[in-house]
Amino acid sequence: MNTAKIRPLFKHEEGRGSGATFESRSMDSQPRKNITLRKAKARNSETSPKISIRNLNFYYGDFHALVDNTLDIFENRVTAIIGPSGCGKSTHIRVYNRIYELYREQRATGEVFLDGENILSPSYDVIELRRRVGMIFQKPTPFPMSIEDNVTYGLKMHYKLTRSRMMERVEWALNQAALWDEVKDELDKPATALSGGQQQRLCIARAIAVEPEILLMDEPTSAIDPIATAKIEDLVVNLKDRFTIVIVTHNMQQAARVSDYTAFFYQGVIVEVGETERIFTKPEKEQTEAYITGRFG
Amino acid sequence: MRRRPATFRKFLNTFVVGVSGFSALVGLFFLGWILLEVVLKGASALSIGFFTKLPAPPGVPGGGLANAIVGTILMTALAVLIGVPLGILGGVYLSEFGEDSKIASTIRFASNVLMGTPSIIVGVFIYAIMVYPIGHFSGYAGAVSLAVIMLPVVVRTTEDMLRMVPNALRESALALGAPRWKVTFQVVFRGAKSGLLTGVLLAIARVSGETAPLLFTALNSPFWMKSLFGPTANLTVTIFNYAMSPYKDWQRQAWGASLLIMAGVLSVTIISRLYLRGRNKR
Repeated sequence: MNTAKIRPLFKHEEGRGSGATFESRSMDSQPRKNITLRKAKARNSETSPKISIRNLNFYYGDFHALVDNTLDIFENRVTAIIGPSGCGKSTHIRVYNRIYELYREQRATGEVFLDGENILSPSYDVIELRRRVGMIFQKPTPFPMSIEDNVTYGLKMHYKLTRSRMMERVEWALNQAALWDEVKDELDKPATALSGGQQQRLCIARAIAVEPEILLMDEPTSAIDPIATAKIEDLVVNLKDRFTIVIVTHNMQQAARVSDYTAFFYQGVIVEVGETERIFTKPEKEQTEAYITGRFG
Repeated sequence: MRRRPATFRKFLNTFVVGVSGFSALVGLFFLGWILLEVVLKGASALSIGFFTKLPAPPGVPGGGLANAIVGTILMTALAVLIGVPLGILGGVYLSEFGEDSKIASTIRFASNVLMGTPSIIVGVFIYAIMVYPIGHFSGYAGAVSLAVIMLPVVVRTTEDMLRMVPNALRESALALGAPRWKVTFQVVFRGAKSGLLTGVLLAIARVSGETAPLLFTALNSPFWMKSLFGPTANLTVTIFNYAMSPYKDWQRQAWGASLLIMAGVLSVTIISRLYLRGRNKR
């Protein structure tokens, strides 16, 4: 196994294909390369994005919803997507995990590279994609089962774990989602009995239990009261150490509070994207300024 | 601005409430009447012998419908075994996979037609494809005809119940990396559980009163069945035969059998309601 063959450090350098296995193999067998790899990653964290969207177009039947979206999402950063209702924010992130494929009239063209591999290519394994890219939805969607079963649902699907390891993971995930203390004594209660804010944190726990690399959040607080919203915002900031987060929000204060980068969408087009502070203080485009100052939207 | 007087609106409101209340009462009244009549006339026929003995010839006192009770239960159970899995899977296809495709619309239309098909036609059909080629009436043919009647009911209720499950639930299961079949059977089914059960019970209630299809398939028999291969005794055809007979004893037995079927359907419904209510509370 430990051959002297030189393998490419990054998958996109050798084109697409079975790059992932090359990388992990070289990490296991060649410690020195391991170090260089990490260094390279650290150095490139600003320059080589976790997800690169290139010329993404999206259609609902005949309706052209996204036009030539090009965007980079950086690792361990929170990227906020803002814009008025119906501008394509949700549509955009629903491409990252190909969840739109549930509906046969929806289709996407263009390229979305995750670690250099185009996830829109039909050969990309959608199950593995969704393990790597978790999603939180607008309304909390607890499964009609117990709290514990909700968290283990994805876990059991992707990992083979002993019962005790499983419970460790459940506790870890619920802790990460700041829910453990509230539910630790009632794990076998139905998840639907929790409050809205708790349900949403349970959904976050359920999503991070499978250890995704990216968390997509589609207006995660729009159906939730202000106190629960504050908890979830804190979570987002804490979780970015571990995950790359993309959050869609129509609440600009929220975007300003939690995100490192902000992309402003208008009518399916990415009008402007940049560091959040700059977008909110010195927007370059007039439309952006009009939106963030509340003149429309 | 001149205000419209409210008197007429108030009157109309009272009128609508009154009329709809009256209509509901008419429905209840007939249900109550039927129940009362069946209980009054049937109760006297019920005895231990009714449940344990074979039918007696006319004029001979005593005798029961034990074979018909067992036959009805066996055939209904077999019909459930055949009809419910097929029906549920069919409903799953329509709701989860076929959706609005041409083939799905065709299946949907076909099952609507089948649901409206008179059950006697189903009976004749099974007679033609099973009874006639085999050469004799059989309990299996009876069960199959009941299953055919059940099938469209289960298909349509399953589809409707699964469609009531919000797509957000499917999306969040898919987003965790679950394949579509797991999403359907592990998450969507749980969400629709009470509805699915109701559909199945509805279908059982529907077939447990069917007479015409059994007349052509299971027929009837005054004996214990050795297997479902031969003509099989059942309650509904017994009611049909006994109620038309000139013998007082048999007529009384027919009322008893009617009471039994009504009580059966009623208790199945009530038990399932209680079960569901208990489930929802927890």
